[in-house]
Amino acid sequence: MVNTVLTPVQKRGQANLERLGLPTRRQEAWRLTDLKRLEAMASLPSVEGSAQHAWPSIHQGVTRFVIGTGVDPLEGVQLPEGVSPLSEAELEQALGHTLDRCGCAETWPVELNHARSQRVLALRVRGSVAPLEIVLAAGGGLVATRVLLLLEEKAELDLFQVIPAERESAAAPLAHSHVIEVHLGQEARLRHGVLASASDDSSLLAHLAVEQEPRSSYDFVSVCRGWRFGRLEPRVLQVDGQATTRLTGLAMTGTDEQFATHTSVCFEGPEGSLDQLQKAVAADRSHSIFNGAIQVPRAAQRTDASQLSRNLLLSNRARVDAKPELEIVADDVRCAHGATVSQLQQDQLFYLRSRGVAADEAAALLLKGYCCDVVDRLPSMAPSWLASAAINDPARPL
Amino acid sequence: MIRPDAELLLDISDLHASVEDQPILKGVNLQVRAGEIHAVMGRNGSGKSTLSKVLAGHPAYRVTGGSVRYRGDDLLTLEPEQRARLGVFLGFQYPVEIPGVSNLEFLRVSTNARRETQGQEELDTFDFEDHVRERLKVVQMDPAFLDRSVNQGFSGGEKKRNEILQMALLEPVVSILDETDSGLDIDALRIVASGVNQLSSPETASILITHYQRLLDEITPDYVHVMAAGRILRTGGRELALELEQIGYDWVDEQLAAEGVV
Ligand SMILES: Nc1ncnc2c1ncn2[C@@H]1O[C@H](COP(=O)(O)OP(=O)(O)OP(=O)(O)O)[C@@H](O)[C@H]1O
Ligand SMILES: [Mg+2]
Repeated sequence: MVNTVLTPVQKRGQANLERLGLPTRRQEAWRLTDLKRLEAMASLPSVEGSAQHAWPSIHQGVTRFVIGTGVDPLEGVQLPEGVSPLSEAELEQALGHTLDRCGCAETWPVELNHARSQRVLALRVRGSVAPLEIVLAAGGGLVATRVLLLLEEKAELDLFQVIPAERESAAAPLAHSHVIEVHLGQEARLRHGVLASASDDSSLLAHLAVEQEPRSSYDFVSVCRGWRFGRLEPRVLQVDGQATTRLTGLAMTGTDEQFATHTSVCFEGPEGSLDQLQKAVAADRSHSIFNGAIQVPRAAQRTDASQLSRNLLLSNRARVDAKPELEIVADDVRCAHGATVSQLQQDQLFYLRSRGVAADEAAALLLKGYCCDVVDRLPSMAPSWLASAAINDPARPL
Repeated sequence: MIRPDAELLLDISDLHASVEDQPILKGVNLQVRAGEIHAVMGRNGSGKSTLSKVLAGHPAYRVTGGSVRYRGDDLLTLEPEQRARLGVFLGFQYPVEIPGVSNLEFLRVSTNARRETQGQEELDTFDFEDHVRERLKVVQMDPAFLDRSVNQGFSGGEKKRNEILQMALLEPVVSILDETDSGLDIDALRIVASGVNQLSSPETASILITHYQRLLDEITPDYVHVMAAGRILRTGGRELALELEQIGYDWVDEQLAAEGVV
């Protein structure tokens, strides 16, 4: 697609990366990060990913885009009514705007993506359109992908993003660098699901910047598991308040994986709402990090925000760091937050076992039960992905 | 039904058990033969539920002495799931709520585990639905409960019915029903009792832990045992339960004192 627009972006990205240098633990946002893994990921060569046989077939009425392959993602795709590609001039104007507004400029993962990505899938959405599915192709090395979505006033969309890192191609380390910018016009509605599932030596840096105009609704559901090193950063800005944001996340880690979810929601006007649930399941020696920033400046009176972080530790060597980060200046607000850490309940395990269910199967059932309030909220395309050979792993049920 | 030559299903001998290093069971002796119904009564805290959990294999309870043989084999070395698959069933006094786990899926997995051990073929999702619907009639339970999470938000009585539904699906050999009657309204008690009666046969046996004669009006016990201080203090026929209604448990203290226990 339109590579020319990205040429100066790449140059700037490279220059900024050099200027910034790798993050250090002295920076609060990177304090708990395994920086060696970050460095290893950043040193991987840029590659193009490829589509895989294990992917499920496309649901009827759904449009699938495959990005990161080196081929124009629009090639051979029949766009549904209401969805159109941005012209080069439009792209020039819009690209990076939401990132800047959400305060993502000059953040290291975004600059890495700028320096590496060759293409951008840029779409405008008008009216209520059929669901879209965006699949990030993986390859041995680092695949950088970028998406820009503009939802016009009253537009409605279900978007499902799949980030698989399949075992079949896992001979070399796999890495994804992904940036998506979304602008929601007034009264626009976006239901956005992300399923990022990996195994073995795989890394993920995914950055989401979402700008919401008044009375828009953004419903984000993420399920991430199996990344040896991962960081998901959704940043939402309600430009004039009065919008609805819902964030539901699940991060599952095992072996020696480290996964961090850094969410940030900023209300720049009154009467906005946020409903956030972030869950983590940490097994073995893994490390799960959650940082949930909520900013309610003086202008954001009558904001109604709630954030709940629930964490399940499956091993006493696993570690969870969950931290709310509330900056509340406005005085007339409701802002509730809470965090819990628990283990699998002995009595529940015994109950299942006393009915003949084997101990490991009982644990798997309980785990599935714990995760289902997030997993079941993924868009309707999710179950066939979850059942597909690309994602399904009987040892790690979802 | 007492038949002295019937198979000895459960043979509990001088059983001692502790929880958190505190001795609770202090020498339980009980023999249960096929076809028999035993009622176990006794004051709160006398160790009835502890006995039932030890038999089912709850990991929090440590057996410190004695033995339990089930159909001739050592029961205590088996994992809880193995005991269940071989036909030992515990109806919980407090059935556990499991959010997010579908009751139907749970029932299917457990039914198939038991069937496999019995050499029967596994039921797939469709066949199981038919099977469970038919079994629901035993406890006159609304099929809507199948779609909910295991016991979650069930009323006390609904949880108890769900326990008997599980009994109906697992077709156990020895059932230990721990206060299945508590929390049931009068009609529900009759339904549950008739379910238990339907599921009983000359090849199976039940141990009913209860505080009330009302259940024993519906399910006639062959033996009534009174537990106290972690032992079975007295055993009689069905008339013992009626007598307890009259005299209560004051005599227990005297007898324990006479035996030098307290
Ligand atoms: N997990 C446990 N931790 C500590 N104490 C326990 C535990 N389980 C049982 N006990 C104690 O063991 C004793 C026997 O309890 P158990 O539940 O067996 O009594 P019960 O006869 O079933 O009483 P009820 O009629 O009230 O159901 C009680 O004193 C109880 O507090
Ligand atoms: Mg009890």
